[in-house]
Amino acid sequence: MSSIRTRLFVILIAATTLIWLFATAWIYLDTKRQLQHVLDTRLMEAARMVGSLVTSGEIALSARADGALASIPLPEPAHVSYERQLSCQIWSFDGRLIGRSSGAPEAELSDEASGFSEREVGGEPWRVYAVADRDKGIRVLVGDRLGLRDRLVTDLVRGLLLPAALMVPLLAFLIWASVGRGLRPLRSLTQGLKARGAEELCPISVGNPPSEIRPVIEALNGLFGKVAAAREHERSFTAFAAHELRTPLAGLRTQVQVALAAKDAETREGALRQTLVAVDRTSRLVRQLLAMSELDATADESEPHDILVGPALEEVIASLGTGTTNTRVEIDPALHHTTIRMNRELFHLAVRNLHENAVQHSPKGGLVRWFLDGSARPPVIAVEDEGPGIPEDEIGLVTDRFFRGRHRSAVGSGLGLAIVNAALRRAKATFELRNRQDRPGLRAEFGIVNSKAFLHPLVDALVSHGSTRQSRSGPAGADSLSN
Amino acid sequence: MRILVVEDDAMLLDGLKVGLGIHGFTVDAVASCGDARAALATAEFDALVLDLMLPDGSGLDILRELRRRQDATPVLLLTAKDTVADRIGGLDSGADDYLGKPFDLDEVAARLRAISRRAGGRATPTLSWNGIELDPGRRTVEIDGNPIGLSRREFSILEALIKHPGTVLSKDQLADRLYGWEEDVESNAVEVHVHHLRVKIGRDAIETVRGLGYRLRSA
Repeated sequence: MSSIRTRLFVILIAATTLIWLFATAWIYLDTKRQLQHVLDTRLMEAARMVGSLVTSGEIALSARADGALASIPLPEPAHVSYERQLSCQIWSFDGRLIGRSSGAPEAELSDEASGFSEREVGGEPWRVYAVADRDKGIRVLVGDRLGLRDRLVTDLVRGLLLPAALMVPLLAFLIWASVGRGLRPLRSLTQGLKARGAEELCPISVGNPPSEIRPVIEALNGLFGKVAAAREHERSFTAFAAHELRTPLAGLRTQVQVALAAKDAETREGALRQTLVAVDRTSRLVRQLLAMSELDATADESEPHDILVGPALEEVIASLGTGTTNTRVEIDPALHHTTIRMNRELFHLAVRNLHENAVQHSPKGGLVRWFLDGSARPPVIAVEDEGPGIPEDEIGLVTDRFFRGRHRSAVGSGLGLAIVNAALRRAKATFELRNRQDRPGLRAEFGIVNSKAFLHPLVDALVSHGSTRQSRSGPAGADSLSN
Repeated sequence: MRILVVEDDAMLLDGLKVGLGIHGFTVDAVASCGDARAALATAEFDALVLDLMLPDGSGLDILRELRRRQDATPVLLLTAKDTVADRIGGLDSGADDYLGKPFDLDEVAARLRAISRRAGGRATPTLSWNGIELDPGRRTVEIDGNPIGLSRREFSILEALIKHPGTVLSKDQLADRLYGWEEDVESNAVEVHVHHLRVKIGRDAIETVRGLGYRLRSA
């Protein structure tokens, strides 16, 4: 029974009926008891009354036992069904029936000398009160037919049950209707939701919802709000991405057109070289956009791995194919003994973009240095470049998507540091950017707050010897930095 | 025709500089609002190619400043923001034309010629004077229907003179139209080009106004 309406209906009707039946049973028993008491009192009074009348001689008694002589006329009863309820007999002590009321049986109603008794007379159960008069030597018996008593109670109960039987269907109708009415907002909510398209994320409004349904509507509206915000974020990201792709594509197209239109070989070659850089840059932008949307899409917890930093770093740097820059890269040997507990994909993403950023902003021959800063608590992995750094007022902004500051590189997309930030935050790592104190340049560092994340960084390896790598210089290397 | 290109993307700026150079424009290229203001303060341009989103501000600010000074230099907006609202905003701010990225280099050149033609109050795409017919688009010159070959510099000098017939243009003004900032100009370069031009279109066509400059001789 999964319908609220049916369940409520059945429960209410069953409860109502049950209560009614219980009440009726109660009334039945109670009335029966009360009636017994009242009628017994009446029997008693009637017996005494007849006894006193006989004693005072106002009623003549026949000595014969045929009963016809001394029949006491009773008034014609008003209610036919309770006719001849009371019967009276007068017996002499020696066992003769001296007198009886009309309709009273001839058999002795009770053999008790006095007091109440019940017995079956002529196939009918009677309740009898006996009173004895020793002076006159008579016994007065006044009796009630128990069947009549029961009928009285039954009639009373029937009188109670009849309106109930009429009321229950009416009540059923009222319950059914009012429950239906109470649930109407739920129905209109359902219809409203059913009629919605996938894009309709506006809040639901149901006239004046009952307080039970209001939380549901509020929760739904909250959900709609969140979905709409996520959708809007996605849409603006897509729009921004499309917008960001236009400029490099325009550059690409223009350079190709220049190459086609160039009359001298030098111009053509220059344009083709620029085209190459533009293609690299556009593909990098696309890669970063994909990384960003992937970071956005997988909001779930990422599984951490133990990563040996040094080799992982070398692997990432090698995969970048540093063939287009003329930068020296140095990796602190201590990193080869340092393990960080972090999701591998997120680590790669962060390191890759940090390295790309450092290399892009490095001057020709500049040094990009990766090292373990064990003096920091907790220890951090840091990378320093010898580029122009970031103007102090922009440091908080460079991790915003598509933000490109004043010290922008020709191939920058404004996404790199945003990706680093997002990836490290997903990995629950700290991330800090600051300008170098010793010389112009940027220092970026990240670490894991959890102390167990860093495993055995060998202290003696902290003495930085530095393994220097000289990456191959590519043709467009000189153009990688522009202010 | 000397134009100023303001675009913060180095790759695109380089492409426009070289590409529009191939189309016969003398191009000065800057990458920020600040540089653009400096350039506009020191030299005169026949047209401006303006990007909207620059690192130190919006190209629209440059445009509004220009129009506030009653400077009618034709401006072509070149931007990645090309919704209808953006276009309307740009044109209503005083731009003469609007192109969304990515664009076609030839189209940029054609639109630049068109807006500078309109700025000069001319309806026809060609300039003519005394039987000389100059077509800036195709970069051809004909005298009485006979095509003659001119070098890029010679063409630019003739174009400048024929745009303002009867007006005297100084050597400096002509040099400005021939060379961007980054080019070294020899002191007698203009005289040399005018000399070659006279040989090709007729010795009497260009009149020297002593101490002032050159103009096309009236018929």
